[in-house]
Amino acid sequence: MDLKEKLVSSFMAFENNVDLDHPIHDIRSEAIKNFETKGFPSRKEEAWKYTSLNSLQKIDFSIFPKEENALEYNHVKKYFLHEIDTYKIVFVDGIYSSFLSETTHDGVDICLMSSALTKPMYKPVIDVYFNKVASKEESLTTLNTAFSREGAYIYIPKNKAPKKPVEILHFATGNEASLMLQPRNLIIVEENAELQVIERHQSLTKNEVLTNSVTEIFAAKDAIVDYYKVQNDTNDASLIDNTYIAQKDKSVVKVHTFSFGGKLTRNNLNFYQDGEYIDSTLKGVTILGEKQHVDHHTLVHHQQPNCESHQDYKGIYGERSTGVFNGKIIVDKIAQKTNAFQQNNNVLISDKATINTKPQLEIFADDVRCSHGCTIGQLDEDAMFYLQSRGIPRKEATGLLMYAFANNVLESVRLPELKKRINKLIATKLGVRLGFDL
Amino acid sequence: MLKIKDLHASVEGKEILTGVNLEVKPGEVHAIMGPNGSGKSTLASVIAGNEDFEITKGTILFEGEDLDEVSPEERAHKGIFLSFQYPVEIPGVSVTNFMKTAINESRKARGQEDMPANQMLKLIREKSELLDIDRKFLSRSLNEGFSGGEKKRNEIFQMAMLEPKMAILDETDSGLDIDALRIVANGVNKLKSKDNAVILITHYQRLLEYIIPDFVHVIHDGKIVKSGTKELALELEEKGYDWLKKEPVA
Ligand SMILES: Nc1ncnc2c1ncn2[C@@H]1O[C@H](COP(=O)(O)OP(=O)(O)OP(=O)(O)O)[C@@H](O)[C@H]1O
Ligand SMILES: [Mg+2]
Repeated sequence: MDLKEKLVSSFMAFENNVDLDHPIHDIRSEAIKNFETKGFPSRKEEAWKYTSLNSLQKIDFSIFPKEENALEYNHVKKYFLHEIDTYKIVFVDGIYSSFLSETTHDGVDICLMSSALTKPMYKPVIDVYFNKVASKEESLTTLNTAFSREGAYIYIPKNKAPKKPVEILHFATGNEASLMLQPRNLIIVEENAELQVIERHQSLTKNEVLTNSVTEIFAAKDAIVDYYKVQNDTNDASLIDNTYIAQKDKSVVKVHTFSFGGKLTRNNLNFYQDGEYIDSTLKGVTILGEKQHVDHHTLVHHQQPNCESHQDYKGIYGERSTGVFNGKIIVDKIAQKTNAFQQNNNVLISDKATINTKPQLEIFADDVRCSHGCTIGQLDEDAMFYLQSRGIPRKEATGLLMYAFANNVLESVRLPELKKRINKLIATKLGVRLGFDL
Repeated sequence: MLKIKDLHASVEGKEILTGVNLEVKPGEVHAIMGPNGSGKSTLASVIAGNEDFEITKGTILFEGEDLDEVSPEERAHKGIFLSFQYPVEIPGVSVTNFMKTAINESRKARGQEDMPANQMLKLIREKSELLDIDRKFLSRSLNEGFSGGEKKRNEIFQMAMLEPKMAILDETDSGLDIDALRIVANGVNKLKSKDNAVILITHYQRLLEYIIPDFVHVIHDGKIVKSGTKELALELEEKGYDWLKKEPVA
């Protein structure tokens, strides 16, 4: 049985464990129908031209987590931003770990999707927001919707800001030979409220893991959201991240994606601007080696006038790694005075590495400022000689130059401790000992 | 200290150095002059180990060791320093962090520990004061947006930090205003000792009034066509290069 069949036939078993009378269930049923019709995307589709899911579909993934597996905090501490105090929503093999988590209902809700989907008090919010921005067509998103049950639920009411950032962590313990996870996150940041989130998926063994994650983020008027995705998983862990963001007037949402590892990573990052004077920022640093593969597909849909979007993705590809950047910008006819910027710069540090980069602009308004650029380069040999002539060996000089190349993407990271961590990760990834404190 | 014998170097099949002979002893200051495009920077670059140039003939010995096969960084570790005619801009790396990395890499190559942070700070303070460099400057990205003169001063600051045995200053005086020239020359003189040597590449006699050379050489078409003492520089200032170009090489 291939993975699609297995998933479709498991849906009935899934239904046995959820409340069929809840209105969410109609959404799930619709979703599984869509997935059944469409199946996994294939490379024949333009959007999946460079990323193949074929070999993943041959793996016999366990679809439902069986039991709760305990993890010692000390064992996994390094994956947390433990330098500072944070709220934590932690899942172990897809099951919520109350032991590792720190949730709150103190003025804000930072808790679980499973309670939000079942407890009546959350129903008004769920009715308004759940599956409202996520695609009802895209097959992997609908697959996630069909099985949506667990994940992070965050609600920040008007004028509120949680005392500390929120970490969403998913651990895979290797208890199953191969495990498929489908977390579903819903994040609502109301008017003039603020939120910072760090999301990370981490496999702890060499067993296969496939995560198909969907996150919906709603930023109301004047809301500020900073979302950081740290992707540094093992070479046996794959991630398909589907993130959908709806923004209202004057909201500012920044998503930073740090892709440093994993077997196959696909980031579908979608911004929908539904208001004026909105600011959307999409930044990424990708540093790959071995046979790792990352595919960034971004979409910014400018639906109203006077908004901005800023995209800046930097990629460093070594060994046999492969990368894709596909950045789509749509400017509707009504969306006059849009400022849309997109930049994708890549360096190949091995002649076996490849990158495919493509901007896709669909502009229907006439009074817009739109700029885009992509570059693929090798190391700057003049700069290299300059550093070497000062006694910095080629390997370290490469690291330093690459560090400098990636560095400016971090300027907009507002959490200093996270910035430090990412800097260190970059240094480690580039195999350099930075001769200075970060 | 440095012994160059019949050095030929080419780039993209074009021979640029056509037989350079030069010997520099500890404690000496040599000036190299010559028309544009005669090969001065190429010579400097080749001594520093730039692999863009292919050495087709001849040798470079530094303290008795053949530098062929020695990487640029190893040459730096041995004490060779090149102040670039056109310093490269490195966005994203601050002057301070660059210097810390350079110093600690050299120390590592010599089997030493990293320089303790406080000692590093002290050194940076001392050398930036010597060259009258504003501290704010040191946190800026290396050479990025620096004025021509600032870049040159920054090169000498790096030299002061690294304390090389042999420094090659490629047109460090170009672009410096009169005060800056005095400060930089003063810096170079302070670092001079009987154990180290300096090669000054310049077009102007003016620098040589501040840093007095023991020898002056003229390069033309990739080789040294005349050598003399500091009076030669004065003569060049007066007469230009034409008389040398015409003079048959002995
Ligand atoms: N990478 C290169 N490729 C091709 N030609 C080169 C290269 N580098 C130098 N040359 C050529 O070699 C010759 C010598 O150049 P070089 O820079 O050494 O001159 P220079 O004496 O330093 O001149 P200047 O006084 O203008 O600084 C010039 O004709 C130059 O065009
Ligand atoms: Mg020159």
